[in-house]
Amino acid sequence: MCPLPRLEGERKSGAICNTYFAPCPKLLGSTAFRHALLYTVLSMGSVLVLLGFIYWATAGYMDGQTDETIEAEIRGLAEQYQRRGLAGLTAVIAERVGRDQEGASVYLLTDGDFTPIVGNLNRWPDAPVTSEGWTRFRLLEWGRDKSEEHEARARTFLLRGGLHLLVGRDVRDLEATRRLILNALGGGLLITAALALGIGLLMSSRVLGRIEAINQTGREIMEGDLSRRVPTDGSGDDFDQLASNLNRMLERIEELIGAVRQVSDNIAHDLRTPLTRLRTRLELARSDDPEQTREAVDQAIGDAEELLATFNALLRIARIESGSRRSAVTDLDLSELVRDVGDLYEPLAADKGQTLNIETGGALTIRGDRDLLFQAVANLVDNAIKYSPEGGRIRLSTRDSEGKAEVAVSDTGPGIPLGLREKVFQRFFRTDDSRSTPGSGLGLSLVRAVADLHGAKIELGDSGPGLRAVLCFDRKRD
Amino acid sequence: MRVLLIEDDQQVVAYLQKALNEVGAVVDHAGDGREGLLMAASADYDVLVIDRMLPRLDGLAIVRTLRASGSRTPVLVLSALGEVDDRVEGLRAGGDDYLVKPFAFAELHARLEALLRRGTGDTSKSRFQVANLEMDLLARTVTRSGKEIQLQPREFRLLEYLVRHAGQVVTRTMLLENVWDYHFDPQTNVIDVHISRLRAKIDRGFQPPLLHTVRGAGYMLRDRH
Repeated sequence: MCPLPRLEGERKSGAICNTYFAPCPKLLGSTAFRHALLYTVLSMGSVLVLLGFIYWATAGYMDGQTDETIEAEIRGLAEQYQRRGLAGLTAVIAERVGRDQEGASVYLLTDGDFTPIVGNLNRWPDAPVTSEGWTRFRLLEWGRDKSEEHEARARTFLLRGGLHLLVGRDVRDLEATRRLILNALGGGLLITAALALGIGLLMSSRVLGRIEAINQTGREIMEGDLSRRVPTDGSGDDFDQLASNLNRMLERIEELIGAVRQVSDNIAHDLRTPLTRLRTRLELARSDDPEQTREAVDQAIGDAEELLATFNALLRIARIESGSRRSAVTDLDLSELVRDVGDLYEPLAADKGQTLNIETGGALTIRGDRDLLFQAVANLVDNAIKYSPEGGRIRLSTRDSEGKAEVAVSDTGPGIPLGLREKVFQRFFRTDDSRSTPGSGLGLSLVRAVADLHGAKIELGDSGPGLRAVLCFDRKRD
Repeated sequence: MRVLLIEDDQQVVAYLQKALNEVGAVVDHAGDGREGLLMAASADYDVLVIDRMLPRLDGLAIVRTLRASGSRTPVLVLSALGEVDDRVEGLRAGGDDYLVKPFAFAELHARLEALLRRGTGDTSKSRFQVANLEMDLLARTVTRSGKEIQLQPREFRLLEYLVRHAGQVVTRTMLLENVWDYHFDPQTNVIDVHISRLRAKIDRGFQPPLLHTVRGAGYMLRDRH
């Protein structure tokens, strides 16, 4: 947390607080800052490589040029010595010394004892010499109005007869240039570092700001306000997308929590009645008459079983919805299954004076869970019988239509009003007219769960009059 | 009946031991999977009742091991509430029947009796008789006191199951599983209506009444003299 006191009105701009008061430990420890630091180091590394290359290409090149020139000259002089002897060499050297007004070149010819013969150096330098004869030494220039220290790069040569020849170049300017370049490069590196760090800090504080906004929303939600949403700025960038995705998630959560609350209310309401009844019966069981007691206990057991059945059904639906039952999927004939359901329920319909028509065609193969599908269709037929009046008609049919397998159950009952056709699938939902009929209110929830598990659709429509429930499956491809 | 009960829930054990003793069964008990497997493998029992959730070795593993070693003792698998849909898994592992807790003792008893009879009975029998009711599975005829009764195919199958388990309690779930070959929970008393119809056909106008309702359990076909 920011150790600085929070001002009124700064509640939402925690990020700004951090940017302005930069030494805030939160900023320094953040991932964004660490990334900025990493980029700085990498930038500097790359710049270093680049500058190194530039250095090599410039100062290095210049060095190379100088050496080549010296090498060429000294070989030329050696050739002169061969052709024209000592006298000729001496003359050439003297001529060149005379020509060289700025003192850019250095010449020295000595005998075997290093006694100078000709040249513009007063003595042989005692700097170390490489195996190829290169050397570098300081020299003091005088004889003009100033006395300066220079540096020279020279090549030495051993001539026939033991003579030593030295040819070199004054590299003072070169050195100056080299230092200039190095300074420039060094400065460039520092500027890069400063820029990288600065931009890094700026960007990471912006990122932090966006993240802080999300965190803030999260905190508010956790404090209990589920209606909060992450602020978006419409820019469509990654953070914006993250924000809108989070918001969509939050909406869904709000929806689901609302639904759960609704269901909990329904459950509490619907289970209170049988539980109260159970309790009453057990109270009555406390009687002196053993026969009455027995009777009451039996009824109480019946009530308890009803409750257990309801809970069992709830658990089943939950398990089906979570898709945990995978092992029982086989190929099955939907027509046969529908005929079996009809067979089971026909007497029940007949008892109510209703006609149950079963219309199935040829084999209709799909992949599914036999018991669950039987349960689903049975629930639909059970509802149809329950809500149709005496003498009503129920029609149970299958249809093969355009690669889909359909099971339809239609009745001549009151139907379901258009506005409730989604709600009826909720657990424990009973329409007003159906509240008095026996049943748990879970039948359709299970049908929906089974349909979803099979990737099928359940649709409720009008049967003019009555309800028409249609289960639509994808057919197995032969 | 010699029963081995492999169950770790003490309450269930106490309840079952008492109830089974009352109906004349001898009950041995193991409290965890490994002990249960050992006992099952080292002694002869008429039927095994094995809970799925056990410490040290789970119920289905015990069943698989027993079957793999050649044991043909009938097994009834007990499972916790909510796992009613795992019946297939339990049967596939080698179990013969599957019951979800909590259950009425009558249901358990009826199923154990049925398992026993399945184990010892003569399944090739094709003619059955209960009092003056005769059933010929090959000829597909049913007569009572010599008079032929016309039954629809499903009614015939229903009577066949009852006759095969004559004298035993047959629960609604057992009928659903064996006569209709589906395992599901009916919302209404759909089975009862089938039984009523069958009863109307085979009992009405005849003596003695054979198809009885056993309160709190199911039905039974029996000559109650």
